[in-house]
Amino acid sequence: MQAATFLALRPQGLYCEAGDFYIDPLRSVPRALITHGHSDHARAGHDKVLATRDTLAVMALRYGAEFAHEAQVVEYGEELRIGDVAVSLHPAGHVLGSAQILIRGPGARTVVSGDYKREPDPTCAPFELIACDTFVSEATFGLPVFRHSNAAGEIEKLLASLRLFPERAHLVGAYTFGKAQRLIALLRQKGYDRPVFLHGALEKLTDYYVRRGIALGDIRKAAGAGDLAGEIVLCPPTAVSDIWSRKFADPVTSFASGWMRVRARARQSGIELPLVISDHADWDALCTTISETGCSKLLVTHGEADALVHCFKNRGIDAEPLHMLGYGEDEAPEET
Amino acid sequence: MNRFASLLDRLQHEPSRLAKLRLMTDYFRTTADPDRGYGLAALTGALSFKYAKPGLVKALIVSRIDPVLFELSYDYVGDLSETVALLWPVEASARGADHPASLTEVVRRLAESGKIDLPRVLAELLDGLDETGRWALLKLITGAMRIGASARLAKQALADLGGKSANDIEDIWHGLKPPYLDLFAWLEGREPRPVTNDPAPFSPAMLAHAITEEELAELNPHDFRAEWKWDGIRVQAAVGERRSGDKIIRLFSRTGEDISGAFPDLVAMFAELPYRAFSLDGELLIRRDGVVQSFGVLQQRLNRKKVSASLLAEYPAHIRAYDLLSFEGEDLRALPFVERRGRLETFVARAGAARLDLSPQIDFATWDRLAAARRDPASAGAGADATAVEGVMLKRAESIYVPGRPKGLWYKWKRDPFTIDAVLMYAQRGHGKRSSFYSDFTFGLWQGQTERDELVPVGKAYFGFTDEELRRLDRYVRTNTSERYGPVREVAHGKDEGLVLEIAFDGVNRSGRHKSGVAMRFPRINRIRWDKPSREADRLETLEALLKEDERMS
Ligand SMILES: [Zn+2]
Ligand SMILES: [Zn+2]
Repeated sequence: MQAATFLALRPQGLYCEAGDFYIDPLRSVPRALITHGHSDHARAGHDKVLATRDTLAVMALRYGAEFAHEAQVVEYGEELRIGDVAVSLHPAGHVLGSAQILIRGPGARTVVSGDYKREPDPTCAPFELIACDTFVSEATFGLPVFRHSNAAGEIEKLLASLRLFPERAHLVGAYTFGKAQRLIALLRQKGYDRPVFLHGALEKLTDYYVRRGIALGDIRKAAGAGDLAGEIVLCPPTAVSDIWSRKFADPVTSFASGWMRVRARARQSGIELPLVISDHADWDALCTTISETGCSKLLVTHGEADALVHCFKNRGIDAEPLHMLGYGEDEAPEET
Repeated sequence: MNRFASLLDRLQHEPSRLAKLRLMTDYFRTTADPDRGYGLAALTGALSFKYAKPGLVKALIVSRIDPVLFELSYDYVGDLSETVALLWPVEASARGADHPASLTEVVRRLAESGKIDLPRVLAELLDGLDETGRWALLKLITGAMRIGASARLAKQALADLGGKSANDIEDIWHGLKPPYLDLFAWLEGREPRPVTNDPAPFSPAMLAHAITEEELAELNPHDFRAEWKWDGIRVQAAVGERRSGDKIIRLFSRTGEDISGAFPDLVAMFAELPYRAFSLDGELLIRRDGVVQSFGVLQQRLNRKKVSASLLAEYPAHIRAYDLLSFEGEDLRALPFVERRGRLETFVARAGAARLDLSPQIDFATWDRLAAARRDPASAGAGADATAVEGVMLKRAESIYVPGRPKGLWYKWKRDPFTIDAVLMYAQRGHGKRSSFYSDFTFGLWQGQTERDELVPVGKAYFGFTDEELRRLDRYVRTNTSERYGPVREVAHGKDEGLVLEIAFDGVNRSGRHKSGVAMRFPRINRIRWDKPSREADRLETLEALLKEDERMS
C-alpha cells in the first residue's frame, strides 16, 4: 500500500492538509514553512512564518521586520506538532539557514528538501540525509550534463586569470545571498588575502554573515575605491554587464553559477570567465541523494524534471513531476 | 592536452583581441616542445588526422549512457561535442586522471589509428581527460573547432613571443611543419631563422577592404587603378624547380590550401609556360568560347568530386591574372603596384597561353565614371564577361604587396545586392556560439495562382542580424513553432501569420537541388520586417525574372 505523502499542490504552492500549512508558498497564506531565504522560496506577506533563525533574519533584512504578522523560530532538529503531523527542520547545505522539512504522520515520512547541495560549504551547515518514504526534490540541474566542478578548482581559475591580467579588474557576478559569501570564504580558504570589493547590493547580507561569526577577511565597498585594477569585485549577476561595470579597469567579466557548465549559456551572457560554482545539487548529487533516502516516491518540484523522473521510474520508483512554476530564480541566468 | 584545452576554452569566451593574444602568447611561453607546436598547428588548422563523423561520437556515447538521457541533454545543450564531453562517464575517466594524455600523444595516437580502431582509440583518450579536455578533443576530431581566433591571430601571438612581426612569420610559415621546433627556437633566440627551401611556396595573400560610395569621396581617384572584381575564386599559382630540375606547380586557394588536384587543366597550362619560377595571383573562372561564365557555372565544376575528361571539356578552367609576386627568383612584392602590373603584362603576353589572360583595367578619371562602370560593366569594357563581374577593385598605384588586409591600399566596391521580402518558414539551431539559439533560417516566397498561393522555400540565411535581433528572432521562433522535426522547428507561416524577412543576396543560379529551382547567392538577412504582413511578401517569379536576365546576358 502507498504511504501518504501528506502533500497536495494548490495554486498558492505545496500544501500539507494534515498540518494545514504551506511550504515556500508563492502567494500569501495563513501559515507558511519556509525552507530558506532565497526570494523565490521566501516571500513577504504571510500571516505566520516558521523557519530557521537565519532564514527569518534574512527575510527581515530583505523585506523589513514586518515581513509577516508572526514569525516563529524553529531550530534544526526541534520537533513541532502541527495538526496531525510532526514537523522538524534539518540542514539542506544550500545556504545559511537552509532547511529540509521532515513531515511525519502515522506510518509515513515525507521530506521536502527545498534547494540543497552535498558539496561542503564553509558558510552553512552540511546537508543531513533523512530516510523517508516520499522525497520532494528540486531539479534545477536535473540533467546529466550538469556536473559541477570542484569549487576549489574554479577558484584557482579565477586566481590564475588575476595573475595573467593583473591590470584588469575581475568582476564576478554572484547571487547576493549565499553565493557571494561562499565565494569570499572559498577565496580565503585558498589563501587569497587581498581585500574583496563589494557592489552595494551585497553589503547588507554579507554584513549579516560577518555578524554571525563567519570569517570573510578584509571586505570593502567597491564604490569610491577607484578602478580596482587587479582586484576582485563581487556584484549581482546583472551588474556585470551594467553601466556600473564601466568604471573599472578593462574588466574581466565572470559569473559563478551552475549554469556556466554549458558554454553556450556563458557566451550568450557575454561572460569571459565562467566559474562553475553552484549551491544546488548537480545530477550525480541529485541521483545519489534520492537513492540514499530510500524513498519509494519521488516528487520533482522545479527545474529539469524529465530526466530525473525518467531515471527513477526505470529504477522502480514512483516518480512524478509537479511542474511548479515560480521557483529557480536564485540560479537562473539573467532575465532577458 | 589539458593545458591546450583550457586555452581553447578561455579563448572562446574572450571577446577582446588583445586578451586573446595574451592568452596564446602565455600558452606558447609556458608550454614545452613539442606540445606547444601541436597546439599551434591546431590553432592554425595545420593538424592533420582522420576526422571522426558526428555519428561515431554519438554511437560512443549512447553505448555508455541511457539514450533518453542523451537526447534530453543534447536538446538542452545544443552542441554535440559539448554534450558528449559533459556526459562522458566520470568513473572511467578517473583512471587516466593522474597522467592525462599530452596533446602530442593525442595527435600521435589519432594519426596512427586506422578507421576500424578509431572508436576504441577515441574512447580511451576521452577516458583519460577531464571535461575541458574531452570537449577540446571532440572539437578537434569532429573538425568543428571554432574558437574565434584566426590563424592570423595565432601568428601574431607567436610574433609577440619573439618580438617579430606577424608578416615575418607568414613569410616562412608555408615551409614549416608541426611541431615547429625550428620556429620556436628562432623566436626564442636560440637558433637562426628557419630556412624554407620550398621551390613553390604559398605567399600569404593581400586582401582588400570593402568601401562605400561616401568613403570613396574622401580618396583621390588619381592615386588608384581599378579592375573588375571577378566572381570566381581567388587563387595563387606558384611554380618552381627542385634541385633535381623537376618542376613543381601548385595552385593555392586564397588561404593557402593546395587545390592543384582539382585543376589538372590549369596545372598543365602552367607547366608549359616558358618560365622556370614565378608566383601570381588571379581569378579562377570558367571560360567557354571566349566568354567568362557566371559563378553558377563554376560552382557546377567545383561541386564534382571526380575530375573526369568530360568535366574538363565541359567546364574549361581559366586564370585571369592580376598580380605577379615573384619571377625567376626575384621577389616583386616590395615593388609598387604599377610596376608589378607592368611586369605582369609582359609576363602574360610572353606566356601566350589560351587559358591565361590579363584582368583588364578600367579607364576612369573620376569616381562618377567608375560608379557608372560598376553599374554597367558590359558597356564599360567587360562586354560579355559582365555576368561574372561582381563589382570593382581599387588598388593604390603605389601599394606594395602586403600580406593580410592592410589599411588604405586595396578596396573592393561590390555591386549593390538584390533584395526580396521573404517569409520565415523553418528555423534550426546554430553552431558554436549560437548553439542554443535558433539562428539558421529557411525562408520562402509565394508561388501559384492567387487562389491557392503557397509558400515555397527558396533559401537559408544565418547571418546579417545583430545579437539583439538574434535574441528576438529566437524568441519569435520558440513562441510561433507549429511543428518540430528534431533540431528543426517549423515556424507558423501563411497568409495571415508569419514573419517577413528582407533578404539581401548577390545573384541567382538555377538549381536542381532546390524545390524552387532557383538558388540565391550569399543570402543574408538585411532587415527584419516585424511590421510587414506575410501576404505582402514577394513572389517566386521575382527571382525567376532575375535568373532569366542573367541567362540572357551570358
Ligand atoms: Zn535557493
Ligand atoms: Zn530554488
